[in-house]
Amino acid sequence: MPAAAHELQRTFRAESGRAVATLVRLFGDIDIAEEAVQEAFVIATERWVADGVPPNPGGWVVTTAKRKALDRLRRESSRNRRQSESAAMRVNDAVRDGETSVTDDRLRLVFTCCHPALAPETQVALTLRLIAGLQTPEIARAFLVPEATLAQRLVRAKQKIRAAKIPYRIPSDAELPDRIAPVLAVVYLIFNEGYAATSGDTLVRRELCDEAIRLARLVVTLMPDEPEVQGVLALLLLTASRTAARTDERGELVLLADQDRALWDRKFIAEGHEIVRALLQRNCAGPYQLQAAIQAVHADAATAEATDWPQILALYNQLVALLPTPVVALNRAVALAEVEGPATAISVVDALAIDDRYVPLHAVRGELLVRLRRNDEAAAAFGLAESLSKNETERAHFRRRLAAVTA
Amino acid sequence: MTQYLLAVHMVDGQPAPEPAEMKRMYSQVDAFNKELQREGQWVFAGGLHPPSTATVVRSSGGDVVITDGPFSEAKEQLGGFWVVEAPDLDVAVSLAARASAACEGPVEVRPFEKLPE
Repeated sequence: MPAAAHELQRTFRAESGRAVATLVRLFGDIDIAEEAVQEAFVIATERWVADGVPPNPGGWVVTTAKRKALDRLRRESSRNRRQSESAAMRVNDAVRDGETSVTDDRLRLVFTCCHPALAPETQVALTLRLIAGLQTPEIARAFLVPEATLAQRLVRAKQKIRAAKIPYRIPSDAELPDRIAPVLAVVYLIFNEGYAATSGDTLVRRELCDEAIRLARLVVTLMPDEPEVQGVLALLLLTASRTAARTDERGELVLLADQDRALWDRKFIAEGHEIVRALLQRNCAGPYQLQAAIQAVHADAATAEATDWPQILALYNQLVALLPTPVVALNRAVALAEVEGPATAISVVDALAIDDRYVPLHAVRGELLVRLRRNDEAAAAFGLAESLSKNETERAHFRRRLAAVTA
Repeated sequence: MTQYLLAVHMVDGQPAPEPAEMKRMYSQVDAFNKELQREGQWVFAGGLHPPSTATVVRSSGGDVVITDGPFSEAKEQLGGFWVVEAPDLDVAVSLAARASAACEGPVEVRPFEKLPE
């Protein structure tokens, strides 16, 4: 791809969420907004490549897309006079007094995309498409679903938004805590799918992690006063800081304790730490903030041995109190093993009511059993983990662990 | 304004509620209906007799065929419904939440198509 075209695509992706959101407010319809922004992109491919990128690309895209949408409405109004003329008039009014609250436009659209009346996988797809500006084939590839399936999911979602009138509105203060949760869940889900790909050949799908961090930064600028929003960003940055160290030169999985900490991304760590410190001062702990704090403690340790496990266990105790799920309890057991030993931890793990198809359950059990020198049971656990995992890198790791304990 | 169907389903084979429970639900639903009318969101509402009372009618080419109902073999059948008017889904959902509390069961919210002008 020539440099100009590449630059164009980058700029366009960065600006398209803003433009789509503004047009959704002006025209009250996602399809009209998306189509007009797409048309603006086609014009941009010609103009920007020939004349260079305009000084204010975002403004250019919004203005051009707005003109395209108005053209379309006028075309339709000559076909269907009575109905659309009044619509176009309303739009004109809105266009004149519009353009003030671009931030609010995007925030409104985020809440529409992540409305609880839409299924979680639909929320993810809509957010990536409308807010992050990803194309349908890109999203389909990232989530390993057929393009036609994803396209249909998006069409149905937009139909539902229109027919059921899912509003473009920032929820009231009273509703906000409930409504932020799915927004953060969507961002975290996108990140996790990238960080520990549930299927596929590579462990990390970097582009999804990057997209999630970009979204988290955007949500932070939209809701700077929400501690949990900051918590998500810190959690993503601190977790992503270890990406380069998680696989070795052969592409094999490297556990946290064995990672080369020189490979950790210091810039991400510094930014994550700064957010966590500021959050600690505000002292209104939530699940994402606590998870970020746990990652911050890991990032602080110069070597695996230097890890402040009692501090991590204390944070997990708080997290379990807020979020009493078996998965959190399993993670807490890992910290417990470091503080009170593997025997205490394994009795906690074996008492958990956890889905026995959950791969990390068997991975954790395997490692604890190795430390307890119960090699036969450890081998069985690694064997189970290997057969349940759908990620090739992870499976290879479990095969190596299995070979090590049966040797 | 959009009209929404708030549908309540009954599950085949589930025991009918105790008379005292029934009485409580009826009075709760009655109170909710009056609120809807007062607030101007009411269009219509009603409870249905069980699906075993249903009759299916098919008319094609002038032939009318009548069979014992219900139409769908599903275990879950429509038991009653409200039709309400609301500006958007969030308002409809908040009405459905009150409807669900009144009838003590889940409520499905579905928008009506706009009538052609």
